[in-house]
Amino acid sequence: MSENMNEIKSQSAEELKKKADATGAKALEILIEEEAEGVVAEFPNSGALLEAAEKIRNAGYKRFEVYSPFPIHGMDDAMGLKQSPLGFIVFAAGSIGCIGALLLQWWTSAVDYPVVYSGKPLFALPAFIPITFELTVILCGFTAVVGMFALNRMPRFYHPMFYSENFSKKAGDDGFFAAIFVWDEKFNVREVKQFFQNIGGKNIEIIHRPLEAELAQQN
Amino acid sequence: MSMETATLKQEHRNGHHHVYVPEPELINDKPRFKTITDIISGVPEGKMPRLWWILFGISFALMAMYLAVITYLIWKGIGIWGNNTTVGWAWDITNFVWWVGIGHAGTLISAVLFLFRQKWRTSINRFSEAMTIFAVICAGMFPLIHMGRIWHAYWFLPLPNSMQMWVNFRSPLMWDVFAISTYLSVSIMFWYVGLIPDLATMRDRAKPGIRKTLLGLFSLGWRGGNRQWRHYERAYMILAGLSTPLVLSVHTIVSFDFATSVIPGWHTTIFPPYFVAGAIFSGFAMVMTLVIITYWMFPQIKQIINERHIDNMNKIIMVTGMMVGYAYGCEFFIAWYSGNPYEASIFIKRATGPYWWAYWSMITCNVIIPQIFWIKSMRTNLAVSFIVSIFVNIGMWFERFVITVTSLSQDYLPSSWKYFNPTIYDVACFVGSIGLFMTLFLLFLRYMPMVAMSEVKGVLPHANPHHPDHELNGHGNGHAHEQHRAEKVAELATKNGGR
Repeated sequence: MSENMNEIKSQSAEELKKKADATGAKALEILIEEEAEGVVAEFPNSGALLEAAEKIRNAGYKRFEVYSPFPIHGMDDAMGLKQSPLGFIVFAAGSIGCIGALLLQWWTSAVDYPVVYSGKPLFALPAFIPITFELTVILCGFTAVVGMFALNRMPRFYHPMFYSENFSKKAGDDGFFAAIFVWDEKFNVREVKQFFQNIGGKNIEIIHRPLEAELAQQN
Repeated sequence: MSMETATLKQEHRNGHHHVYVPEPELINDKPRFKTITDIISGVPEGKMPRLWWILFGISFALMAMYLAVITYLIWKGIGIWGNNTTVGWAWDITNFVWWVGIGHAGTLISAVLFLFRQKWRTSINRFSEAMTIFAVICAGMFPLIHMGRIWHAYWFLPLPNSMQMWVNFRSPLMWDVFAISTYLSVSIMFWYVGLIPDLATMRDRAKPGIRKTLLGLFSLGWRGGNRQWRHYERAYMILAGLSTPLVLSVHTIVSFDFATSVIPGWHTTIFPPYFVAGAIFSGFAMVMTLVIITYWMFPQIKQIINERHIDNMNKIIMVTGMMVGYAYGCEFFIAWYSGNPYEASIFIKRATGPYWWAYWSMITCNVIIPQIFWIKSMRTNLAVSFIVSIFVNIGMWFERFVITVTSLSQDYLPSSWKYFNPTIYDVACFVGSIGLFMTLFLLFLRYMPMVAMSEVKGVLPHANPHHPDHELNGHGNGHAHEQHRAEKVAELATKNGGR
């Protein structure tokens, strides 16, 4: 979703100014449409958002996202998302942890520094189980967290969504939002706005960087 | 349960997920999502009450004393403790096991109850996870300072060194190093992952400034998009799945410290389950103590942590208390049944010997006092719960003292029998560690969301996308759903022949 971000080339300040002069009063509106990063709409509750997600998907949009203050049961299916691959990544890491731990204990205790303690054999598998288990768990744990960050592209401190004041205010509290982004092939600002209106979205907003402020600075 | 509900539940089990299945209320008064955010975020955003400052002052002073005593201990050596040649492990190991055990309830609540889909856990899991981390920190201090030469602590790690030696992986003390450090790391990761959405919520509420910047930094740009939730939920599930066997392994390994030796009273196979049950018992008692202290400071959280949570926790305290009581009985039975005179003698001495007072304090606090929870009105009474939780904390400390000290003080050779007397430094280290624990806990209440907001919101009835009553969200209406549900019920009724 974010990899295409760089494709959106922002216009230089001079270009902006030229356009603003040329088009007069409606300059800002046109600019906002040109510079749109997506359109966001608010929905009243989790049920409405689930229905909206299904409708967006059925309308053929791919680069869209729904936002909620808690995970909504059934949303992955509604959006047509596959299961997260994290489980497989963690399994691989766990296997490495398990084998690595056994190798470490075998090599240090039986090969490099063979000393008999309390009559146990040099390679004492039962005595090696606890540490094998712990190292498996810790490798799995680290991978689960780091893997989740990587799959979620975290940390990422800037995202167009944060330009919307309404979104920033409510997303973590009690707001349910859906957004379709400019990097969707079907994206067209006006069509998407209309589409959100048709499916019952409220507070529909074009997401854009603070162009008002930029323009004010120029003038 | 009404017949209608029963039918709907049946339908749910058959895999028709699009029917809303009502569940008992977890939270009083059906709050709106916003109410949850306001109550929880409101605590760190607001001023701390007077009681917080009083408790913080005391805790901080104790922590300062703890650091001073540790400094002196490292300077002088562990001879300042009461440990002697016979009783080589005493309060240090007692404290260590006590603190690790306390930590276990946090993981139980956050991971095991999560896997069992116990939704009531969401009100107390953040809380208890924080408690776990602080308890494990306190626990880890004791083996470290018990080493005496703390600057050699890294010798416990399998690092290549100029002596060309390797650590002994066949020693339970080595297992302990790995178990405790894994436990601490995984607990911190689990806690932090759970915190991310809530930190983002608080970031969005904060006014621009250092606080907002820090919250923004630690919430890693979380937006709550479903593509994020998808991986997040999977990671959370995996961490819960890992923590569950981990928590069992940690106290099992702690019990191996004792069980793999040949000291009478230690060398028993019952130790791992017995230790784990005791750990959960003492941990729930500590969660109870902390919840009630938090009630006094922030009465507004009663809306989120209510009598039902207190009731459930007290039930677990009673059940695990009886498990521990059973283990005490079982130990005696096996001591007699095994026909081993050393084993029998140590148990008779525990109950009637020089440490009888510790043994009977343990039995009173752990087995007898929690029996009051058979009465429902006692389980929901805050004063009773608080007093019982304190008794359990004391009783579980005595349990570890009894195990560690009685077995060592009178072993196979009567000429080396010795009575253990603690010094002022033993007491100072123990009390100081409580200061460290409470300081960390109070700071947590001061700066962090003490309840997992996103999780509590997620288990509210109107969070379910098929809930008929979406009015509570503060927007729109859900009559369509209501109608849908009524139709569904009618349909089911005819299908089942009007049953």
